[in-house]
Amino acid sequence: MQGARAASAARAPGGASAPATPVGEPLLQLRAINKSFGSVRALSDITMEVPAGQVTALVGDNGAGKSTLIKAIAGIAPPDHGEIYWKGKPVRIHTPRDASALGIATVFQDLALCDNLDIVQNLYLGRERLRARTLDENTMELGAKQALADLSVVTVRSIRQLVASLSGGQRQAVAVAKAVMGNAELVIMDEPTAALGVTQTAQVLALIKRLAERGIAVLVISHNLRDVFEVADRIAVLYLGRLAGEGPIAEFDTQNTVEMITTGAATPRSAANSAAPSTDDAKDH
Amino acid sequence: MSSTLRPGEPTVAPAAAPSSGAASEVIEELTASDALVAETFSEYVGGWWKRVRAGQSGILPVLAGLVLLVIIFQVLNSNFLTAANLTNLMTQGAPYILLGMAEVFVLLLGEIDLSIGYVAGISATVTLELAAYPHPEPWWVAILAGLAAAAFLGLVQGTLITRLGLPSFVVTLGGLLGFEGLMLFLLENNSVASGGTVGITNNILSDVVNGNLDPAVGWIAMIAVVAIAGFFFWRRDFLRRRAGLAAPPAALTYLKIAAMAAAGIVVVWICNTNRGRISTLEGVPWVVPITLVILVGWTFLLGRTRYGRYIYAIGGNAEAARRAGISLGRIRTIAFVLTAMTAGAAGIVYASQLGSISNGMDGGTLVLDAVAAAVIGGTSLFGGRGKMLHALIGGIIIAAIANGMGLLGLSAAAQYMITALVLVAAVTVDALSRRGATSTR
Repeated sequence: MQGARAASAARAPGGASAPATPVGEPLLQLRAINKSFGSVRALSDITMEVPAGQVTALVGDNGAGKSTLIKAIAGIAPPDHGEIYWKGKPVRIHTPRDASALGIATVFQDLALCDNLDIVQNLYLGRERLRARTLDENTMELGAKQALADLSVVTVRSIRQLVASLSGGQRQAVAVAKAVMGNAELVIMDEPTAALGVTQTAQVLALIKRLAERGIAVLVISHNLRDVFEVADRIAVLYLGRLAGEGPIAEFDTQNTVEMITTGAATPRSAANSAAPSTDDAKDH
Repeated sequence: MSSTLRPGEPTVAPAAAPSSGAASEVIEELTASDALVAETFSEYVGGWWKRVRAGQSGILPVLAGLVLLVIIFQVLNSNFLTAANLTNLMTQGAPYILLGMAEVFVLLLGEIDLSIGYVAGISATVTLELAAYPHPEPWWVAILAGLAAAAFLGLVQGTLITRLGLPSFVVTLGGLLGFEGLMLFLLENNSVASGGTVGITNNILSDVVNGNLDPAVGWIAMIAVVAIAGFFFWRRDFLRRRAGLAAPPAALTYLKIAAMAAAGIVVVWICNTNRGRISTLEGVPWVVPITLVILVGWTFLLGRTRYGRYIYAIGGNAEAARRAGISLGRIRTIAFVLTAMTAGAAGIVYASQLGSISNGMDGGTLVLDAVAAAVIGGTSLFGGRGKMLHALIGGIIIAAIANGMGLLGLSAAAQYMITALVLVAAVTVDALSRRGATSTR
């Protein structure tokens, strides 16, 4: 399992693979984001960046502010203060529509799929293709086939099967395909591997890597550090609403990450740990 | 087309070896969709059988139940399967079928409309009063006015439910009570209604149920319908194959068309048999094609348009539909209007069958029959699952029970109890087969 960490090292750094973003410019930058609920300060001075083509993991204990932060980016609960830069330009994200107009798609934990509809119908929900004012099922089916093939991680027997009959990993893939079909450049995923089995977790992690390979920025919330170290290129640790640490994955290991999550501060990383990733490049696919 | 869709084992990330338990689970859940990728007839049948065993038998148990009912009634009374009685059954079933179809719209949303019995009554009252002497309006004006009245009542209820967020059960329970009052008011305060009854004076309104197509016209219309439907079936498969998508085997399509033709031939043959005792009485009752047109229209709306897709989406997961940018309030309100309008049509058919509409109309029982028809046919009370076709089959079953027990001379007491048993049995079979379906997940 740990071996796949090497995948991150093999990937091209920065946003170079995403044509829309200037080289060296992070896709999304947060500067001094603040959010309070009454007297409770949920987020204080969060400054971090999310580069294109990379997986950024957002970790932290319950109540650390992870969900508040992604809701701020997704336009569900805008921040009180602070600036958001998208491709280097300041933007305002006040509604979910603002976010999707920019190219930010959020896959929530509940996935928002209709169990009683099939995969094609779910992928095109709200943006059905029409021909002569009736549903153009064939065009949609071909498009859905292509969208799933692009992710090429999870297979389904037929894209005309009901979502209710899919496994957790397959459902996650459908939800992600749905998000990406709207030309998303940043996909936010909230606990994508929670409540999944071993096989399905592996499928979802492969899916996340695949997104990054396609030049999409992925911001993923996870409680599972093993998953985080397997897929993430960068880590941001939240502790009681402030950023306890942020940086490339090489600067972190399980031990100091856990310390940051629980205490908000970490002892410097030992030399022995930093040598570990280079040993298992072979396991990269 | 691409390797993604080939039957085979799911791609698993190299980091984790699939445990055999998980793998078999995946294969198990995939069998349910075998029929969807079948290209040959035997594959299709195999896939279908697997689906039946997995609890996704669809409409089959209901049809089997109907056949069983027919056999029982025929054994108990040989008059059941006569042309006269079967034609009677079709006209008797029409109001149940139409009311059931009305209910399907709101049931798909996970809502319910308890008021449609009296909405039907008001629509019939408006229509009959407008068409009555001494100042009769043309039949089509009367019908349009009746449907418009029904649509308005649906709009009022739908608006209350969606804009104010009131539960549909309570709002339409209010409708059940209030609209009966409104119907009584209309019947008591109009000079054309004597003793709380308006009779049908317009020939066309009377002919809706009592008029028959000329036997030759019946045959021609049936052949035309089968030919057109068959063409669309064939064209659909043809376009799918041309687009490189998996299409059901051609043999299956031909089998479906043949079954449709056979059903059409049987229905027209039964109706065209002379069922008169004194004078000749033959031909397909008008109400049969009328019901079919509404059935096809609503099936098309639900299956082939955006609006229909959104009804299913809201019934399946309202939050997902909302996030997809669907206007929940608008779709729901329109559904209540469509429900009320279909109920209005049912009311006109009902009045045509009775020759009048009176203050004795029991809209409360009618609405329960309508819900029963939809549910017996297989539409879920919890939203998201169901078809217009379910109301057709359920309505025929409800009418067959009433008709068969009437022939046997059973008391109303026995009729109610037996109808109840059939309803509960249908829901039980449905729930048990669903349980079978979920246990393989």
